[in-house]
Order: sequence, then C-alpha cells, then structure tokens
Amino acid sequence: MITIESINKHFGDKHVLVDVSLEIFEGETLAIIGRSGSGKTVLMKHIIGLMQPESGRVTVDGTDINRISYTELRRVRRQFGVLFQGGALFDSLSAFENVAFPLRTFTSMDEREIIKEVHICLEMVDLVDVGSKMPAELSGGMKKRVALARAVALKPRYILYDEPTSGLDPETSNTIDELIKGLTDQLNVTSIVITHDMHSVLSIADRAALIYMGRMHWVGSIQELHSSDDQILNDFVKANEYQIGNPKEE
Amino acid sequence: MLHVLAYRKLIQGPVKALGRYSMLLIHAGSALPDFSTYRKNLFSQMVQIGVESIPIVALAAAFSGAVTTVQTSYQLVSPFLPKSIIGSIVVPSMILELGVVVTGFILAGRVGARIAAELGTMRVTEQIDALEAMGLNSIGYLILPRVLAGILMFPVLYVVACFVGISGGILVGHFFGFVPAGEFLQGAREFFQPFDPIFGLIKSFVFGFTITSISCYKGYFTLGGAEGVGQSTTQAAVSSCVFILVADLILAATLL
Repeated sequence: MITIESINKHFGDKHVLVDVSLEIFEGETLAIIGRSGSGKTVLMKHIIGLMQPESGRVTVDGTDINRISYTELRRVRRQFGVLFQGGALFDSLSAFENVAFPLRTFTSMDEREIIKEVHICLEMVDLVDVGSKMPAELSGGMKKRVALARAVALKPRYILYDEPTSGLDPETSNTIDELIKGLTDQLNVTSIVITHDMHSVLSIADRAALIYMGRMHWVGSIQELHSSDDQILNDFVKANEYQIGNPKEE
Repeated sequence: MLHVLAYRKLIQGPVKALGRYSMLLIHAGSALPDFSTYRKNLFSQMVQIGVESIPIVALAAAFSGAVTTVQTSYQLVSPFLPKSIIGSIVVPSMILELGVVVTGFILAGRVGARIAAELGTMRVTEQIDALEAMGLNSIGYLILPRVLAGILMFPVLYVVACFVGISGGILVGHFFGFVPAGEFLQGAREFFQPFDPIFGLIKSFVFGFTITSISCYKGYFTLGGAEGVGQSTTQAAVSSCVFILVADLILAATLL
C-alpha cells in the first residue's frame, strides 16, 4: 500500500503540489487525472522518490521513502515498474537489450534464462518480432509497449504509467489500455496511471483521483465519478468527452 | 533589486553549481566499491575516450611538434648557437606543456562535448529517471565510469602525444634541413629533467578528471529539451578548456 500524506512541492515561486494526500490500495488500478501542468507527473515522481517533498511524507508498505538511505530507497524502487511518457528506452540498446537490462542488472539469471524471460515479456505486449530493432526504428506505440515489457520484466508489485496513451492514435491507445488491463490482472499488480485521457480512465481504472491546480480535488470510484456533481470534475470529464467526440478539436 | 540580481548571478549561482558538482563527485566516489555496476561501462568508455581519440591526438601532436621545431629554428638561427638547442627546447615544450594541453583541448571538444550530449539527451528523454526508477545508482552507472576512464586514459594519450609530437619535430627538423636528428636528440638529452615527464603525467591525470567530471556535471543536470542539450554541450567544451588553463597555471605555479 502507498500512502501520500500532505506533501508540498514548489518549483521556484510556483506551488506545484499543495497538501496532497492520497492512499493507493493493494491490487487496485488508480487513475490520477488532471489537466496538463496540474502536477500529476510531479506526484508520480514523488511516489517513487525521484523527487522529495518539502513537507509531508510518502510511505510504501509503511516505509517513509524520504527517510531511508539511498541504498534502501533503491531496494524499494525495485518493487516498481515505471512506464515513462516517452518510453525512456535506452537508445543505445536494442528492444531486446532494453527488456533484458533489468534482468542482467538485478538478477543472477544466465543468458538462456534471460532470453526466455525477455521473450515472455515481449509476448505479453505482442511484440515478439521486434527484439533486434533499435528504439529509433520503433513507432511511438511500439516504444511504449517495449517500455512496458521492460517495466514488468522484474515482476514488480507496483506499476506506474505516466501518460501511457498520450501522443498515440485511438486504436493504439486502445491496445495500450488493453495491455494495462491484461497485465494488471495477469501479474496481480497495483497500477497507478497518470493520464488526462478519460477514455483510458473509464476502461482501466477502479478509482480516480483528480488533481486540480496542485491540490487533490476529488478521489472516488469510477461509479462515483459518473454520479458526482462536482463542477470541476464534471468540467474535466465533459471536456474529454467533447474531445473524444470531436477529434478534430484536439 | 539590481543588488539582488547581481548577488544571484555572481555569488549564489556559482556557489550552488560548485555544491552540486561536489555532491555529484561525492556520490560517484561512494559508488566506487560497487565495481559490478560500472565495470562494463568503464571498459567501453576507456575505448571511446582513449582508444578512439588516438588518431586525432596523434595528428595534432605531430603538427605541434613539427611547427615548434620549425619556429624554434627560425628564432634561434645564429652561428653562435649549436643546432642541438632546438631539441633542448622542443622536447621539454612537448613534455611539459604542448603534449598535455593540446591533448586536453582536443579531448574537451571531442570527449567533453560527447559526454555532455549523451548524458543531456538521457536526462531530457527520462532515461536517467528510468535507471533510477529501476533501482540503479545512475551516478555510479553513468558518471563514475566516464570520470575513471578519463583519469586512466588521458595519461596514455599524453604519452602518445609526446612520442608522436617529438617524432614529428625530429622528422621535420631532419628532412627540412633545420637540425639533424642526432643533434636534436643530443640537445634533448642534455637538458632533460627527470621530473618533466612526471609533471606532465600529473597534469594529464588532473586534466582527464577535469574534462570528464565537468562534462558529466553539465550533461547530468541538463534542463529543457534539445536547446538544453545544446547549451550543456557547448558549456561542457568551453568550461573544460577554461578549467584546463586554470589547472595548468595552478600546477605549474605549485609544482615547478
């Protein structure tokens, strides 16, 4: 379980996260939604300790990740798989090598086991035949799928997705959504999806949390999201529906 | 208001940068015992920084040695001076200054810029965040092998530069009729100081560290996108050259 308690963060004069609190329960898929620049990605980076809050705390399974040594923090991070917005594939390594990287670095598997494991991971994301390709040769959707294969290679307990469908066409977005759903069920992980794509939220999430101007504005289940009369939440959802219905306006 | 801006620009900025640079090096140093993290990268960096720089370093050193020989003989044409004096000037010049400084400038451009561009691109495309998120020590994995490779390979390049530079001087002096090879070497031997190559080697260690650590710092803390990478790359090359000159003066003033 991940608990975020009253965290605050400034960038210069801008108060990016204002007293943000959130609980993420074991096995659920939580979507953190909000406009661009509302602080979603900053919050994600706090969850994994890539950024430190000025006040408040983030605990992972009861461990305050800002009060432990760097070595211990790295150990905590190994329970996470992260899909970054652009994939963040290592561009000097092939797709296969990218997926093999965490296995080579953190396990004592021999080469035969690594090859087998990488194939399993690439199979999960339907990309068995791109192993030899370099990231520059892959499309945006393929890059995200390879990055997803890399994120699950060490069988993490938590997977963080940063805008998994941004910049993708609707069909590829659906494929990614299906993959996230499938992986969550298959690996029994806790998923945290940072997104502003309501279509994704409705198809994959159990709960949603809306960040508005750096504050945690609304948290609830998907059913509650449909029935909520919160003006800001409804405006956000409606704006997304309008975009889904009118793709030319995007 | 102007005072505040001046304070931020002239004092707070450099002090902050020095602090971050020091912290980066402390972090890198603390990863030293974890050899398995950076072993593979260390060897590939030694090839990229050292072996692949040999041709350009040798070319620059050969021309430096040759030109120094020609200019020294031009300045010292006198029936009262033995021609061997050319060797006694060219060889210490190469060993004490030219071999190491020319190599330093070349590496600042070739290696410094590449390191900053590589790390800067990794930073802006979140590849460094990805390493950290996996639970890897990104500084130990990326910075330490580059700095170590610089410290280990710069002395090798310095030796190559001295050897090729002096050979270039001898060949040009001999074949263009400025000084016979025998007299050149005789002059070099007469005025040879055993501390000179040691001093050159000390400088090469310091320059190797300076170039790679500054370039790693600039690249690792790149901000923004392509523009940020461009700025880091330029700053890495320029700052490395400036600090080579500063280190050169400090070492000469303290050790000679």
